[in-house]
Amino acid sequence: MRRRAAPVALEDVLELAETDPPPPPRRRRWRGRPWRRGDGFDLRDLLAEGVASVGARPGRLALTMLGTVLGIASLVVTVGLAQTAAGQVGRQFDAVAATQVVVRPGSVLTQSGEERATGRLPWDAEERVERLAGVEDAGALAAVDLGGAPVTAVPVNDPSAPAAVSPPVLAASPGLLDAVRGRVVTGRFFDAGHDARADQVVVLGARAAERLGVGRVDRQPTVFLGEAPYTVIGVVDDVRRRTDLLDAVLVPLGTARADLGLTAPEELQVRIAVGAGPLVARQAPVALDPGSDDAFDVEAPPERSRAREAVQADLNATFLALGAVALLVGGLGIANVTLLSVLERRGEIGLRRAVGATRRQVAGQFLVESVVLGLLGGVVGASLGVLVVVGVSVVQAWTPVLDLPTAFGSALLGGLIGLVAGAYPAVKAATVEPITALRGGV
Amino acid sequence: MSAPVVELVGLTRTFPGPPPVHALDGVDLVVRAGEYVSVVGPSGSGKSTLLHVLGLLDRPTGGDYLLDGVPTSTTSERHRARLRGGRIGFVFQQFHLLPHRSVLENVLLATLYSGVPRAERVDRARAALERVGLGHRVDAGPTTLSGGERQRVAVARAVVTGPSLLLADEPTGNLDSVSSAAVMDLFDELHASGLTLVVITHDPVVSARAQRRVRISDGLLAEL
Ligand SMILES: Nc1ncnc2c1ncn2[C@@H]1O[C@H](COP(=O)(O)OP(=O)(O)OP(=O)(O)O)[C@@H](O)[C@H]1O
Ligand SMILES: [Mg+2]
Repeated sequence: MRRRAAPVALEDVLELAETDPPPPPRRRRWRGRPWRRGDGFDLRDLLAEGVASVGARPGRLALTMLGTVLGIASLVVTVGLAQTAAGQVGRQFDAVAATQVVVRPGSVLTQSGEERATGRLPWDAEERVERLAGVEDAGALAAVDLGGAPVTAVPVNDPSAPAAVSPPVLAASPGLLDAVRGRVVTGRFFDAGHDARADQVVVLGARAAERLGVGRVDRQPTVFLGEAPYTVIGVVDDVRRRTDLLDAVLVPLGTARADLGLTAPEELQVRIAVGAGPLVARQAPVALDPGSDDAFDVEAPPERSRAREAVQADLNATFLALGAVALLVGGLGIANVTLLSVLERRGEIGLRRAVGATRRQVAGQFLVESVVLGLLGGVVGASLGVLVVVGVSVVQAWTPVLDLPTAFGSALLGGLIGLVAGAYPAVKAATVEPITALRGGV
Repeated sequence: MSAPVVELVGLTRTFPGPPPVHALDGVDLVVRAGEYVSVVGPSGSGKSTLLHVLGLLDRPTGGDYLLDGVPTSTTSERHRARLRGGRIGFVFQQFHLLPHRSVLENVLLATLYSGVPRAERVDRARAALERVGLGHRVDAGPTTLSGGERQRVAVARAVVTGPSLLLADEPTGNLDSVSSAAVMDLFDELHASGLTLVVITHDPVVSARAQRRVRISDGLLAEL
């Protein structure tokens, strides 16, 4: 902003003329001089004039914006609902099966009607599978049969007392907690050391801990499996698979093997990356037992349905096309109204030219007006669109998803549309001849 | 004698036909600083055309026009716009006030394009309105004003930038005699303070107020 120390004071223009020619009293001098270095018509003036002109007619403003508002709103709704729906599909996909693989020993029915295992999960199944690409966590587990011995928090001293129903005992490898996405509430889960040393430690599922009356682990409470004491080192909760873990007493796989007579893991829970299902399903059995086919049953998520994605994309394209058409109509609406207002305001254009506006300044003003119109339409439309997305999501009990760049970008898009739509009317306004405009009257 | 503000030498303005209209047909005129000139003439004689040429809103088709001694025929459109903003004030028969802007904003409009320092604009506009006796109506809309008041706003707008030449085309054409008189008093006052005025009018009463009168008919000018 050019500023200078007010070189021309008001008095220069409205100066009391006390010199020649002797004027009547109280007559003031109107003669001034042109402003050579004052403030010209700059961007600030341009914006102020544009906004003032747009704001002068609120009713028309609303009507002019309508097309853009609808266009931008439909665009935001389309994109927003698509994103929301995609988020929804993604979550269901995730929640159900997309990232979990379960491996069990294969089995066949013998002629006598018995199930016979065709394979055996190795003790180090966890390490073997964790090496595979696409595997994030793996953990083996097996049910432990105590042969009817009770699981209690106090040593059994009255064998004749009726045994309460004991919580089940499961053997788990150190990676299991992460593989089933559980959380340690207090204390810790086992590590490879516990497993290797066959330490006499247990971790309790949250409900089992409650049942056994174990709240804290800092005093190293003891749980008795039969008569053998095991130190409780942690309590876990919030598992997403095998929720039966919450009711169980977990011992390290190595401990179960050494002390409790476990012969092999029964199941391997594997958490995988999205989309890795088919790969892991192919490679896991080989990693577990390179020699034998068919030794394992693998439950893996199916590949994502490409057909379904294609349909979704088509649907989005259709909606986007509709939004684009609405925007085109909105842009034409702005162009139309701005053009109309150029014709209607010929007198104003003539006047502005008469008081010193150049063609360019007149064009600039109409351009700013249509950009302001577009921008307002964009902002209102985007807000409306967001409201609709949120409303629909609430009704459908979805989580609304709409990224900010989309919302802000579409508001700006309104301004861009205004710019494009205003170009022709602005040129038109610039070519209005001041004399014909002034002859026409306001 | 003071310096000429306006100097027309054999000025012609022909509107292309068919048939071509010779609205100004070789006009010679010198208006000196501080003069108050009225232009009379029958309808269609070329008065408005003359005023538009004087105001740099229209270019002559022949002859020369010197403003403050500088020939205007070769000046760029931008420079002409700057001269209009800084040196010349217009008052029209139809007032040409923007209906959706306040009185003050209408006067401020003229300061936008003429380089008046931003900090002075509002003060100058208020002072100009005070000067035409409308200091109490600055926030009114033009549509709520009487015809005479509107024309006084237009006068305030014309002089707010401190021009050296005021051009008025039938300034009282839409006014009754009382409002006319008020506007004419204003012109007298402006003249007395040194402004150069060229006023076009049909009205002999208005014309009589000017110190010098010229008559135009069929594109030709004659002193009265
Ligand atoms: N753009 C134009 N094209 C063609 N002819 C024009 C144009 N403008 C003015 N004229 C003609 O030029 C002549 C002078 O017009 P002008 O408006 O200067 O008259 P005037 O003296 O102001 O009339 P009035 O007193 O009615 O306002 C008229 O015959 C008019 O028809
Ligand atoms: Mg006329």
